[in-house]
Amino acid sequence: MLELVTVSLLNGLVYGLLLFMLSSGLTLIFSMMGVLNFAHASLFMLGAYFSYQLGRFIGFCPALVVAPLLCAGIGAAVERYGLRHVHRHGAVAELLFTFGLVYLFEELVIMLWGRNAVAYGVPPSIDFPLFSVFGGSFPAYKGLMMAISVTMFVSLWLALKRTRIGLVVQAALTHPQAVRALGHDVSAVFVLIFALGSGMAGLAGVIGGFALLTAPTMADAVGPIVFVVVVVGGLGSLGGAFMASMLIGVVQTFAVAIDASPLDMMSRLHLTVARGSLLYDFLAVKIAQAAPTLPYVLLVLMLIVRPRGFLGTRD
Amino acid sequence: MGRAISRRWPWLAAASALAVLPHLPGLSTNFGRSLLSQMGIAALFALSYNVLLGQTGLLSFGHAVYFGLGGYVAMHLLRAVDGGLPVPVPLVPLAGALGGLFFGVLFGSVTTRRAHTVFALISLGIGELVYAATLMLPSFFGGEEGITANRSRGPRLFGLTFAPQIEVYFVIAAWVLLSAALLHRFTRTPVGRMCNAVRDNPERAEFVGYNTQRIRFIAFCVAATFAGLAGGLHALNYEIVASEAVSPARSGNVILMAFCGGTGNFIGPVLGAAVITWLQVSLSDYTSAWLLYLGIFFLALVLFAPGGLSAIVLSQAALLRTRAAGALLKGYSMALLPVMAMAAGAAMLIEMPYRMSTQPELGTRMRLFGHHWDAATPWPWLLALALIGAGLWLLRRAWPVVVAARQLGARSRD
Repeated sequence: MLELVTVSLLNGLVYGLLLFMLSSGLTLIFSMMGVLNFAHASLFMLGAYFSYQLGRFIGFCPALVVAPLLCAGIGAAVERYGLRHVHRHGAVAELLFTFGLVYLFEELVIMLWGRNAVAYGVPPSIDFPLFSVFGGSFPAYKGLMMAISVTMFVSLWLALKRTRIGLVVQAALTHPQAVRALGHDVSAVFVLIFALGSGMAGLAGVIGGFALLTAPTMADAVGPIVFVVVVVGGLGSLGGAFMASMLIGVVQTFAVAIDASPLDMMSRLHLTVARGSLLYDFLAVKIAQAAPTLPYVLLVLMLIVRPRGFLGTRD
Repeated sequence: MGRAISRRWPWLAAASALAVLPHLPGLSTNFGRSLLSQMGIAALFALSYNVLLGQTGLLSFGHAVYFGLGGYVAMHLLRAVDGGLPVPVPLVPLAGALGGLFFGVLFGSVTTRRAHTVFALISLGIGELVYAATLMLPSFFGGEEGITANRSRGPRLFGLTFAPQIEVYFVIAAWVLLSAALLHRFTRTPVGRMCNAVRDNPERAEFVGYNTQRIRFIAFCVAATFAGLAGGLHALNYEIVASEAVSPARSGNVILMAFCGGTGNFIGPVLGAAVITWLQVSLSDYTSAWLLYLGIFFLALVLFAPGGLSAIVLSQAALLRTRAAGALLKGYSMALLPVMAMAAGAAMLIEMPYRMSTQPELGTRMRLFGHHWDAATPWPWLLALALIGAGLWLLRRAWPVVVAARQLGARSRD
């Protein structure tokens, strides 16, 4: 039991940090520009593909730097040449634009790398056991994933709180007009933020790509969960996104490990339900099977209990 | 009297068109009729979606939930009819509408608590949840293969068995026309008008004394009901409903249809549904990359023509009625060739890598535009780039003519 708890907790932590890398970029862009970048998970996918491709040419370590930079460049171009022009048509048009980008990026990935998953495995340089818990080993790449995400948050936090440009960004988050009036180039700040968020998604893709499956369906698999994270955490709140990422990461990892259904527990209490009924189906679903739906169940529960999310300010 | 006729003639024209279409040459085949049925279902689905997007300003990413669940409910009724329940088959889609309404009330009470971005994300979450549930609860949803029934086993009505496609087509056409009339009527009701107010200025609507959440909820239920009806028609048409009917892909598809057609006027979604259904059926024969073309087309519309196809048609028709018509046609005919050259070049640049990555076993030799190419040589790539370059160069000379004609047209309208 203790073994299950420890291993699941560690894995949940890795997954939660990965989710936070994605949701923090999304939150940053949203709170700055009021735009929810629907294609955020597509940039995550592009990060994985770029690092797969670059890794074959220049090795994993350089790819770890170059792939996120490429994603940041794409993000900057999306803001500069797309979103900025759509902005005048309103918020729905902006959402629709990023929604269209999801199709575009997915199809471009299919065009360049095919429909099947590519063989983006754990690079051999980081594929060794780091330490062992309860007989099982904790692989080094997971340690690297945690190290990279934590480093990124610390540096992001320092950049926002301790540098001059961070000060401008913080001010532009809440009072863009006033910042513009003071002579700062808010448009450039917007491009910078979009590039930064996209680069973070790309970095998450680089380290998430070998832990998950690098396939054209990757964006569709991760995207909805990231959106659930930002809504449950409270749209626009970094702290809320962190709480929700960790919660969903840990809950989902624990659920995957539980190979039992409510029906099994009821049978221990000598309760039975007629076979073939909808109720039977409901109760017979194993918790591990239901794990992918747990984020959405959490979303619905959250909306009923507290519509603004954990730390959201606006209703 | 005269007003009544002028109000009714579009509907009479639509009814006669729906009656004539399946007998036109080219459409009078089984394939043509099933394409028309598919278009009708898509049109109703897109119309129901536009109650949310166009009328109330709610961007839902999970509208297929109500389409699909309505379809499942209708399918269960159809199975009961197979088993001897005396319900006429043409009324089965009504069960879909009721199913759509039921789930609309159930989920809408949660989702419509919020508007804008959060609403969009919640609808996405519900969509994913329901899609996953269809695979986890096999007794109602039938698992991956879905549930089936036979539409021709019901009680006979005027000697009709509903087995031939043409009979189902007329059932679909009748329901679509009736629903379109009802939905059009809905836009003219006070509630329908308040939906516009909630879309345009929720604070003000609230200040005047309306509960915006309630208005959103009503619009949501109306949309879900008609989506369910469309799902019921889908069940009747295909005699199978599977998890694909509630899938996020279908939800995305209806957004494309409604937006490409144009959310700003009533007929837009119908146009979009017809065009995109036709593209899906016909383009997919020629290229597997059609979704990429559709995505590019969609993005171009969002960027340059947010009113969609119907707005383009209307504005061009208005321009062609002015004295600038001749100049405009001249400009367009000058621009036609370069645009086609650019499109052909771009299509080559897309088709070659697409084919090589998705079907590597077929090698690098392929047939495009009636000619054999070998993508391993640089020539087709250079030709594609040359086509794009030459097209661009020619377009830059033709475009000022178009712009001047448009300005002339705009001036003469004022």
